[in-house]
Amino acid sequence: MALTREQVHRIAHLARIEISDAEADRTLEQLNDIFALIAEMQAVDTSGVEPMAHAQDVAQRLRADQITEVDQLTRRTAFQLIAPQTEDGLYLVPKVIE
Amino acid sequence: MQQWEAVIGIETHAQLATQAKIFSGSPIAFGAEPNLQANAIDIALPGVLPVLNRAAVECAIRFGLAVGGKIAPRSVFARKNYFYPDLPKGYQISQYELPVVVGGSLLIPAGESDKEIRLTRAHLEEDAGKSLHEGAGQHFRGCSGIDLNRAGTPLLEIVSEPDMRSAIEAVAYAKALHALVRWIGICDGNMQEGSFRCDANVSVRPAGRQEFGTRREIKNLNSFRFLQQAIDYEIQWQIATLEDGGRIGQATVLFDPETGETRSMRSKEDAHDYRYFPDPDLLPLVIEESWIAEIRAQLPELPAAKRERLIADYGLPAYDAKVLTASLDIAKYFETAVTVAGAAHAKTCANWVMVDLAARLNREGREIGESPVSAQQLGSLIARIADGTLSTSLAREVFDALWTGQGASADEVIAARGLQQISDSTELEKLIDDVLSGSASLVAEFRSGKEKAFNALVGQTMKATRGKANPQRVSELLRRKLG
Amino acid sequence: MIERSLREIASSLAERRISSVELTRLYLDRIARHNPALNAFITIDEEASLAQARAADERLRRGDAGPLTGIPIAHKDIFCSEGWLTTCGSRMLANFVSPYDASVIARFRAAGAVLLGKTNMDEFAMGSSNETSFFGPVRNPWDLTRVPGGSSGGSAAAVAARLAPAATGTDTGGSIRQPAALCNLTGMKPTYGVVSRYGMIAFASSLDQGGPLARSAEDCAVMLSAMAGFDDRDSTSLDRPAEDFFRDLVSDRGSRPLSGLRIGLPAEFFDAGCDREIIELVDAAVADYRRLGAETVSISLPNMRLSVPAYYVIAPAEASSNLARFDGVRYGYRAAEYHDLIDMYRKTRAQGFGAEVKRRILIGTYVLSHGYYDAYYLQAQRIRRLIANDFAEAFRQCDVIAGPTSPTTAFRLGEKAADPVQMYLSDIYTIAVNLAGLPAVSIPCGFAAGLPAGLQLIGNYFTEARLLDVAHRYQMVTGWHLQHPRGFDSED
Repeated sequence: MALTREQVHRIAHLARIEISDAEADRTLEQLNDIFALIAEMQAVDTSGVEPMAHAQDVAQRLRADQITEVDQLTRRTAFQLIAPQTEDGLYLVPKVIE
Repeated sequence: MQQWEAVIGIETHAQLATQAKIFSGSPIAFGAEPNLQANAIDIALPGVLPVLNRAAVECAIRFGLAVGGKIAPRSVFARKNYFYPDLPKGYQISQYELPVVVGGSLLIPAGESDKEIRLTRAHLEEDAGKSLHEGAGQHFRGCSGIDLNRAGTPLLEIVSEPDMRSAIEAVAYAKALHALVRWIGICDGNMQEGSFRCDANVSVRPAGRQEFGTRREIKNLNSFRFLQQAIDYEIQWQIATLEDGGRIGQATVLFDPETGETRSMRSKEDAHDYRYFPDPDLLPLVIEESWIAEIRAQLPELPAAKRERLIADYGLPAYDAKVLTASLDIAKYFETAVTVAGAAHAKTCANWVMVDLAARLNREGREIGESPVSAQQLGSLIARIADGTLSTSLAREVFDALWTGQGASADEVIAARGLQQISDSTELEKLIDDVLSGSASLVAEFRSGKEKAFNALVGQTMKATRGKANPQRVSELLRRKLG
Repeated sequence: MIERSLREIASSLAERRISSVELTRLYLDRIARHNPALNAFITIDEEASLAQARAADERLRRGDAGPLTGIPIAHKDIFCSEGWLTTCGSRMLANFVSPYDASVIARFRAAGAVLLGKTNMDEFAMGSSNETSFFGPVRNPWDLTRVPGGSSGGSAAAVAARLAPAATGTDTGGSIRQPAALCNLTGMKPTYGVVSRYGMIAFASSLDQGGPLARSAEDCAVMLSAMAGFDDRDSTSLDRPAEDFFRDLVSDRGSRPLSGLRIGLPAEFFDAGCDREIIELVDAAVADYRRLGAETVSISLPNMRLSVPAYYVIAPAEASSNLARFDGVRYGYRAAEYHDLIDMYRKTRAQGFGAEVKRRILIGTYVLSHGYYDAYYLQAQRIRRLIANDFAEAFRQCDVIAGPTSPTTAFRLGEKAADPVQMYLSDIYTIAVNLAGLPAVSIPCGFAAGLPAGLQLIGNYFTEARLLDVAHRYQMVTGWHLQHPRGFDSED
């Protein structure tokens, strides 16, 4: 199964990665090579096989309902020191339209 | 003319009453300064990982038990992937294929009888942060400000089947659900703060048709009034569109309370492709039968059962039983008061809770949990009415004193103010003799057959005792003396 | 000094024959001299390192020292380190000074180890050659025209050139073992869940695992003892009693110390896909193991050929989601010019990520998207189960599985860079281990045309101590691991 250039544009948009037509064409070729490699796996009959999401068959551990955070202002200052744009403790982004 | 039928399903996000967030140790208290309640996990620094809060799971189990749903022995957290600035990881941790609660139902009042609304599922997930836009007292030069305090707040998303047929039913369902989540203590129900928000899926179809029409989803309705207005508007709009020969396209819309209309959300125009997959950072949530049993044992008696019991045990009218089970706090207050006052005086207790207490609370904008008069205090006050110590008007005075903190108990107030009814005959007789001797004309009128004069003499006597006499007793003694 | 084991260094420090400051200075000087040729380090902070060394010397003086106190250790730049630039080899994080420590870093700090520097790596650990780093490729100390392997290539090159006594790495599909093989080191990927992932920037969460790169199995045991342990901040961390991975290494078991050990040799590891010379070196190592008392059994891992296709569905799928947080909002790179929010996202991510990372995000986005999930992601998870079952079956017949780590020795820079599929196939022997979540170690087993080759030993779950012992017994009777590249000798 081969991808189309439109599909490459669609997934690039879903992934929020800008991609030019020329890049899309180059990417298309590489992705098709990779999907050819993946195709071998798709041919295998796996009916009745339980999908394996985790390496260990363990249940989720639960945390006690406790507040563990202290010194919030210092922490926010440290976090926002490395942020691209902040004001009044808020992260700024180009205007969000709902 | 074509008859139309509306089909409505509701998705509710109930913020769970935990201390900390669902996957981090940050507090969830409302109203903090921006981003002060957002730790490394909440702002999704590279490398951080989620660990599930036990209390959030407990809330889900409580809910599942309360609606008679099935608690999944194994459920799975999945990632819902989409980009939005208030979604710091670029995905929301939610449950998709295997939710923690499956099925269950809720009864809503519908005309004379009740109607059962089936629930599809309830699942745990995290809330997103908030985008603050220019204008709301903020001005970020064409930017939006992102506050992640709410990000990671535990939510239970409760999904109903499309079993409702009108805005009224939808509101009845939302109210019943709202009362229940508060009753079982999993959500504070504060709608202004967004602790309980509804999305309504609305479609219309020609009456009698089996298939559903195309639905539109109205997002984020945070009051019962808006819920009703938005659904009513949407139903009318859909019918008008179809009758004009138009088509309904699947859409996500917002309700604008200013105009009373719904409008499409631009941010949702992208074809949805959330790319759900099991979150590899979280393992399957396994809930043992023993844990469920433990929670079941701690679950309070549920509203319907309690209603039945109040009627059976105390002989209360159905209306009273319904009012007194509007919330667990009210029910608890009432039952404590009855225990103190005695079961025989349940109706008096009901009246006091529903009328005097409710009016006072309402006037001061307080919840019953914040009542200055405790259930014990009210119970003992009612006991004093029952044993004849207090008249109704004296009781109101005692209640007032208790409310303003002028005494620790009814008895204390009664003693301090000498408010006991005067039932002692010798003392009363002496008072009556004084009244009679000072009211010769009234006595004469009575004897000439004017019954009104008798009432005036009772009034005079009551006045002389400053209301402390037992009116029945006064009346008896007066008749004897005049007869 | 630079050829001494970690235990020997620890006793020199304890006996005050050298101070941590002197030792740290020694390595910082070596880095200053040799790193320009290798590009093994992204960040060096002499003052910060020396401050830690002074604190360690104080601890040593107090007699409050552990096995790593005062020893400088290099860390892969995937581990968040408070106050240090933590780039993950990406332009996206080229300005990211971490405000917190990864659990692994915190454990080394608590042990009194000195943070010597942050090592170069393939961008977001996606690569097998260290050529995808935003900070430029790392060169192999054995041949500067060749790659050191990846993605932990900087850590491997640094230890191989003796610019650090030992280093940390991470292994999602072979990223510790393959560079260890290509640089003549011992590198271990532990059982999934043994080393905390908290603060280790995620590539593919269900496969990622931290581990050591060192000069010997013995040094790996010391490193792993510091790295491993339960962490309640990582839901996938396994709550097991603390282990001393050194415990089996010290016992004297005579001339045939591995009597009773059954080594499984899977036919699939010795096929035409592997260089002839490497197979010969592995065969010779297996013969050495027989002399140490081990017996060998032929086994089969019939689904191993499917591991690369399954991996290139699962890992990109998880990565596409894990890397969604890099959006220019809260930290890291943001494009300089954009006209609205979506444009900001698209440009930030187009400019902040390199080609290989973008390729994998696109693969992952596609395989998870509507209509393709079952055919790709779910199918890959079923294949994953088949592969894990193959190993379970194999471990009924043997204790340890042996084979080559990499089908080739170090290849030339640029040789495979243009062909992703060829690059992906260089992890053909290592990937299945990550899918199953098993522990494995790569140890030096000789040279082909002057380039090192690695023997991979795979164990059943939680057999790290055993695997290190099996590796150590081989290193007691062979000298391959002691070989070091020329041009990086001690100057004194």
